[in-house]
Amino acid sequence: MIANYGYKDGSGDFFISIDTDKCIACEDKPCLEACPIKILEKFADDYDDEVVGVKEEHRKKIKYSCAECKPASGERNLACQKVCQPGAIEHSW
Amino acid sequence: MAEVKEYWRWKEYNWKNPDINWQDAAVITAGIDVGSVSSQAVIMCDGELYAFSNMRTGSDSPNSALNAINWAMADTGLTQKNIHFTVGTGYGRVNVPFADRAITEIACHARGANYMYGPTVRTILDMGGQDCKAIHCNEKGKVISFIMNDKCAAGTGRGMEVFANLLGVSIEEVGERSLQVDEEPGPVSSTCVVFAKTEATGLLRSGWSTEKVLAAYCSAMAHRVVSLLERIGMEEDFAITGGIAKNVGVVSRLEKELGVKALKTRHDTQIAGAIGGALFAKALVEKGKK
Repeated sequence: MIANYGYKDGSGDFFISIDTDKCIACEDKPCLEACPIKILEKFADDYDDEVVGVKEEHRKKIKYSCAECKPASGERNLACQKVCQPGAIEHSW
Repeated sequence: MAEVKEYWRWKEYNWKNPDINWQDAAVITAGIDVGSVSSQAVIMCDGELYAFSNMRTGSDSPNSALNAINWAMADTGLTQKNIHFTVGTGYGRVNVPFADRAITEIACHARGANYMYGPTVRTILDMGGQDCKAIHCNEKGKVISFIMNDKCAAGTGRGMEVFANLLGVSIEEVGERSLQVDEEPGPVSSTCVVFAKTEATGLLRSGWSTEKVLAAYCSAMAHRVVSLLERIGMEEDFAITGGIAKNVGVVSRLEKELGVKALKTRHDTQIAGAIGGALFAKALVEKGKK
């Protein structure tokens, strides 16, 4: 499943996509620790698979929560993506 | 003081299937969808729709859930003790005190749409009270991908209610009235409901008819959700759930923009999530989860 967490508003699309079919296979889930703001969490989804998702409290402000890794200068240092061996995490912006 | 007419108010009702006797059922399950604007309770007997209620969500989610299930059970002789498993879903899913499990509305809408429209459904657009979801599912109604927008009220049922009240048109007539225009106007430009309302007021003052303003708003709503669908891709068959699925003005404009026809159903499109919840509940009973 491709789970898109985030929002769309007048300023653009801000979604983090997680391919849960790839995520299931990763036992360690290093992305949880790699994120400096700790916006990711591990949980059992509706089909009882243990996957990673974006915490509820960050979903409507993800553009700002992720700003440390994506400053307005355009320099990107996506820690979550770098440590994700299966390549399950993508950002829309 | 003059009575203020509530044009936004849609019909609340309950229904029961006269062809089913719940006492003959081996598995009775319930799905309770507590949304931000409306709440539905569905009761299924062996996976067949037996009874449901559809009502406005109050300020207290647990109370709304209780009212919904009680109204669905009204005049049936059923009590909560007869229900083997209950799934809570929707915005208030964690506030259904009698639910055995909470499941997201995304998974429940996919499962419910599979029941309502058949296994050919691949793309579902749920236009809810205060959010909008685009979902891809497989032939079993399992979610393949989803995207949700609940930060902005544009493209939601509540936005349409605001416009119904502003223009003094019953919510049930908004769709038909929006089609009564000689020429399709451009959509209102504002993406925010508050600013769209201000824009609509300006258009009325400049001489636009009520129908033309409704057409512009329905068009804006359709355009906005199409962009959400484009992000996850469009795959036929296509179905719309939620209250806005009853608005022919939005649905026809959506179909035009997408170049596809939405499937029709004999069921109330607002109960898709609750149906999905009841079907999940049946599957969980069969898995021995209770």
